This record gives sequence, C-alpha cells and structure tokens, in this order.
Amino acid sequence: MTQTNTVSYTDLIKNGIFKENTIFKLALSLCPSIAVTNNLRNGVLMGVAVLFVQVMVNITISLMRNFIHPRIRLPIFMLIISGWVTVTDLTMAAFTPEAYKQMGLYIQLIVAFASILARAEMFASKNKVVPSMFDGVGMGLGFLFALTVISFFREMLGRGSLWGFPIIYAKPLLIMILPAGGFFAVGILMAFFNWMSMRNAK
Amino acid sequence: MDFTKLFELIIGASLINNFVFTRFLGLCIFFGVSKKMETAVGMSITFTAVMMVSAALSWLIFNFVMVPLEITFLKIIVFIGVVAGFVQASDTIMRKVAPGLFYKLGIYLALISTNCIILAVPLINAGEYYSFIESLAFALGSGIGFALALIIMASIREKIELADVPIPFKGLPIAFVTTGLIALAFAGFSGLIKI
Repeated sequence: MTQTNTVSYTDLIKNGIFKENTIFKLALSLCPSIAVTNNLRNGVLMGVAVLFVQVMVNITISLMRNFIHPRIRLPIFMLIISGWVTVTDLTMAAFTPEAYKQMGLYIQLIVAFASILARAEMFASKNKVVPSMFDGVGMGLGFLFALTVISFFREMLGRGSLWGFPIIYAKPLLIMILPAGGFFAVGILMAFFNWMSMRNAK
Repeated sequence: MDFTKLFELIIGASLINNFVFTRFLGLCIFFGVSKKMETAVGMSITFTAVMMVSAALSWLIFNFVMVPLEITFLKIIVFIGVVAGFVQASDTIMRKVAPGLFYKLGIYLALISTNCIILAVPLINAGEYYSFIESLAFALGSGIGFALALIIMASIREKIELADVPIPFKGLPIAFVTTGLIALAFAGFSGLIKI
C-alpha cells in the first residue's frame, strides 16, 4: 500500500464514490440500502450516520495503528467500530427520535457492515491519519450517494413526494415503498451502473 | 408456558417477518451462498444452530449480567463480542471434536460472524424483553425463515444460470429482481397472525 501515499485526496474521495462504490460496485452492506430507503429523509440520515462512523473509525484506527498487535487486530477493530456505532445510536435516539423509531435496529447493525471493517483493515491500519480520514469520507460519501439515489426514486415513485413534500399529483406506485420495491430498485440501478460502465469501456 | 405464543413467534419470525424478505437483513450472505443448492443447505443448518446458541448465550448475559449492572447501553458491543467469540470457539472445538463435520460446514461458520441477522436476533430479544424460551423460539423461527429463503433462492438461481438474461442484468441485478418477486409473494403472509 505504499503507492497510496502518492494518490491525491480528491482521488481517494472519487474512488469511494465511483470506482469502489460500496453498494453498486462491491455489493456490500446491502441490508440498509433496502431497509431504510422507502423515503428520502431516512435514506439520507442513514447515509450520514454511516459516513460519520466510517470517518471516525478510520481516524481512530489510524491513530492507534502502531499500538495494535497484528494478531488481535480484528477484535480491536470490532470494539472500536461498535464503540462509535453506540455513540451514533445514542445521539440519533436523542436528536431524531421520529426517524430512530423506524430505523433504530438498522443503526445498531452498522456494526456488522463489512465495508467499514474492510476499510479499517485495508486502509486505515496501514496509512497516516489524514489520508485515512479522506478515505473514510470518500467511502462514506459513496454510501450516502447510493442511499440517496435509491431512496429518491423509491419515494418519488412510491409516494409521489420528496422529503415529505408532494410533487407528483397522480396515484403513486405503492409497490415501490413495499419491501419488494426496494429489491427492484436496487436491481435496476445496479444494472444501470453496469450498463454505464460497459458503455464507457467501449 | 403458553404454547400458542411460542408458535406465533416461530411463524411470525419465519414467514410473516421473514428476515430476508421483509426486514432485509443478512443480504450479503443471502446473495453470497445462494448460488448452489448444496452450499445453501449447509449454510442453513449451520446458521440455525449457531443462531439458537448465540441467542441463548446473549439472553443469559443480558439478563443476568447487564441488567443487574445497568450497562444495557453497551449491548451492541457485548453482543457482537459474544457472537464472534462463540463462532470462534465452535470453530476450534468442531475442528478437534468432529473433523468430518468441520470439513463440511466449517467454511460457513467463518462467514456467519459477518451476518447481521445473528446480531439482530439478540438485539430484538433484548429490545422486546422476551423470556428465555421465547427468545429461543424467536431464534428458531428466524433460522427457519433464513433457511427457507436460502433454499428457495438457490433453486431459482440454478435455473437462472441457464437463462438468457440481458447482459447488464447478469449476476447480482437479476438476483435482486428475483428476490423482489419472492418478497412480493411473501407479502401475502402478512396478516396471517396478529402479533
């Protein structure tokens, strides 16, 4: 991972949003991408929560990387991640009780996100604090971007509204806010991203 | 002990609130191991067993250690420790005691610790204040529900392999659309039992 030192910070962020987008490209951490995206506000809140946890975990691990014995690194990473998730969980329960009622369980389950552990293991444990922070910002923004796109389409088609404000005055497609609609939305968006990258490759 | 309540819990967790189709948990594993029937069955067996034991362990720890000490806000940290520790321990024990079984199911054991259902079940048990037996019933129901989902999906994906799918949809996207269709079917179970 020595070459990463020469990579600029904007590249780190771009990498997280496009090239290694957690949901559309790596297909990791899919559970919340469907569970909380039936309206835009929940999708964005979840994305912000993940962004926060990812950045804080990357910073913490990168600060401590010289003190962690390699053989017990995974349990330590898990401890750090669950610590920050608990912080997020309690903060959201206090400040956004309405949304927390609907997505509390999924906030707690950020702990089991493969993507957060993967970035900690692959990047933060080997790099200095500042690049790790930007890597976390990039991966988190990528996740936020994916959740925003999915929930944008689902709320617009399923309820005819955005962020709670009605914009389409027609009978909405109820199926899009049902569980099944989430699977359809992610499947079709993934196919769209595949199609885009295939067209660019030509 | 109220047996109808237990029965309701099992049916509720396995069909009505199926973890994969209505709560969207464990999707990474769900899409990962549902490519072949054989792996799907192996995963289902291991998963249900681990789920029962880890639900029981975390219930004991939650009610006898964390509640008296008033440290329930640490439940995320403690439960993930319990689950990861138990998976690691059973990996080691199985390798020594039952090498044949380990050869067959060991690989799924390692995967399980990254499954969010295994963490969600203790968290829900603690949040709903289920009794010990109720927690076990809930864990069993969740295990059966996950097994059902995996086996249905695996049998469909074996057919999709041979189908002529549009190129951008190949692989995961078509799997997602298929899951959406199964989820629609499972929506028919809602209202089966009032919980």
